[in-house]
Amino acid sequence: MDELISILKEIHPDVDYSTATNLVDGKILDSFDIISLVAEIADTFDVVISAEYMIPENFNSAEALWNLIRKLQDDD
Amino acid sequence: MLFTSYEFIGFVVLLVALYYVLPKKLKWPLLLLGSYVFYYFAGWKFLFYIFGVTGITYVAGLLISANKTRSDLQLKAMKGQDLPKDERKRFKEANRTKRRRIMAVGITIALLVLAVVKYTNFTIHNINSLLTVFHISKQLNFLNIALPMGISFYTFQAVGYVIDVYRDRHEAQRNFFKYALFVSFFPQLVQGPISRYGDLSKELFTPHPFSGRVVGRGLERVIWGYFKKLVIADRILPAVNTLIGTPEQFKGMYVFAAMMFYALELYADFTGGIDITIGIAEMLGIPVKENFERPFFSKNIAEYWRRWHITMGTWFTDYIFYPISVSSPMLKLSKWSRAHLGEKAGKRVPVYLASFVVWFTTGIWHGASWNFIVWGLGNFVVIMISQELEPLYRKFHKKFDTSGSTTYKTFQVGRTVLLMSALRLFDCYRDVPLTFKMFGTMFTTWNWGSIGDGIFLQLGISRADYVILALGTLLLIVVSMIARSGSVRDKMEKRLPMPVRFGVFALLVIVILIFGAYGKGYDASQFIYNQF
Repeated sequence: MDELISILKEIHPDVDYSTATNLVDGKILDSFDIISLVAEIADTFDVVISAEYMIPENFNSAEALWNLIRKLQDDD
Repeated sequence: MLFTSYEFIGFVVLLVALYYVLPKKLKWPLLLLGSYVFYYFAGWKFLFYIFGVTGITYVAGLLISANKTRSDLQLKAMKGQDLPKDERKRFKEANRTKRRRIMAVGITIALLVLAVVKYTNFTIHNINSLLTVFHISKQLNFLNIALPMGISFYTFQAVGYVIDVYRDRHEAQRNFFKYALFVSFFPQLVQGPISRYGDLSKELFTPHPFSGRVVGRGLERVIWGYFKKLVIADRILPAVNTLIGTPEQFKGMYVFAAMMFYALELYADFTGGIDITIGIAEMLGIPVKENFERPFFSKNIAEYWRRWHITMGTWFTDYIFYPISVSSPMLKLSKWSRAHLGEKAGKRVPVYLASFVVWFTTGIWHGASWNFIVWGLGNFVVIMISQELEPLYRKFHKKFDTSGSTTYKTFQVGRTVLLMSALRLFDCYRDVPLTFKMFGTMFTTWNWGSIGDGIFLQLGISRADYVILALGTLLLIVVSMIARSGSVRDKMEKRLPMPVRFGVFALLVIVILIFGAYGKGYDASQFIYNQF
């Protein structure tokens, strides 16, 4: 989780990811940010987030994103 | 049957009345019948296209869903058999590949139909131009294919459905006729919105009981839509046609006038059409996704595109931008570019490549011509420049505090209006070089002095028309400003008693009847987005 937070911090350093729950709905992360994030996650966690998982619910909070990463890791 | 024809109004009145009179079971079949009758009036031959696209995507959806159900059951059974994880994974992956293939076949056939009817003659035109360039006298003959009404919209809607079934967002619809209604639902058949099955299906098939409030609110929206279309868009149309139809005569300041007039016409035409669409659906108790969120109030072009033709934008994002940008070749490219071009520049490569594809597709989706392709790529360039200038903007805002500044907000809105209107010039002139040339004359031909020479009164609209247009536009702006803090109809419902609300909309109807551009002798114009 800490690694994920530091990736997120690189994109928007001023956001408190421990409390933020509307990263996409609140237009904090745009599609450009999400693509950078997916590339970073692929590198760091060796997990590919395919297009079918690109829904706001999966990116609205660091926790939701972390759960998705773990789910995809388990599927592997 | 145009939205602006008496036949269409009669058709809607009859359909809404029948919908509420018929027993519950017959409500959605009535909508299907009505949708196909509506489509029949556009040309009976076009029924084959919509029926074909419906059939192909229906079968694809069913096959994907059946495979998913079967493989899930088998996976469940495998869990009990204590098989190695690898074997389960292989099984899962093999079935996933099967589903992906079915999806690919389904959407390829549907998109091929669209490509053949929409782009064959454009391709032939380009081949002929190339043959001429290479001094080859042979020319290919153009095919006699008419573009079926709404094909770009319903094909996208059907393709989105198949992808969503593949992505397991919802199950496939087993009832062919219900699915056919989803694809052909008549109010949105002509110019969208492009609905998702998950959003539309439930309410579409639910039998809604009559509610005077629901029908009334829908009607209010319809009236507002007709006001925009008939009082504003169609009234300014003759002036736009004159200005862009004779470019040799109208340069400089007149190009600027054409640009602003066309922006107003397009906005009133498209949003008016969508108001009519959403209003009719509302009258039937069916909520349809909003397609606009006051786009001209946007701070920048990227935001504008999140607020203009929203359902098309999200379609492109979900089904083209994301799949391309997170595809495995793109992730490899991202890794490579970050290693070789540096972290910052490398990160941009996949995003910019995917954006390029999206904007190229957006352009060509709007029409089979280079004008639309260049228009799409123009949007791409402006958005990329704005993205690249982001650090500069941040520095500027750090130095000068513009938060809450009305002047700065007005500047941003003005910039959006001018940029988007300028890009839309590609819709207007007959080819790309002429568009660039005419745009250039705004800076090279300084004829603002002739603004009072009376030429504006010779463009096909009178002084009275300008007054009506000015008042209509003012009303449009005021309503948009009020809508910033929520639905105008909700506010009216809360604050105004029913007779007053009735009076307001009755007055609007009278205004449409008196000042609307319609009737015999007037060429009631097609909606601009019909042709896309």
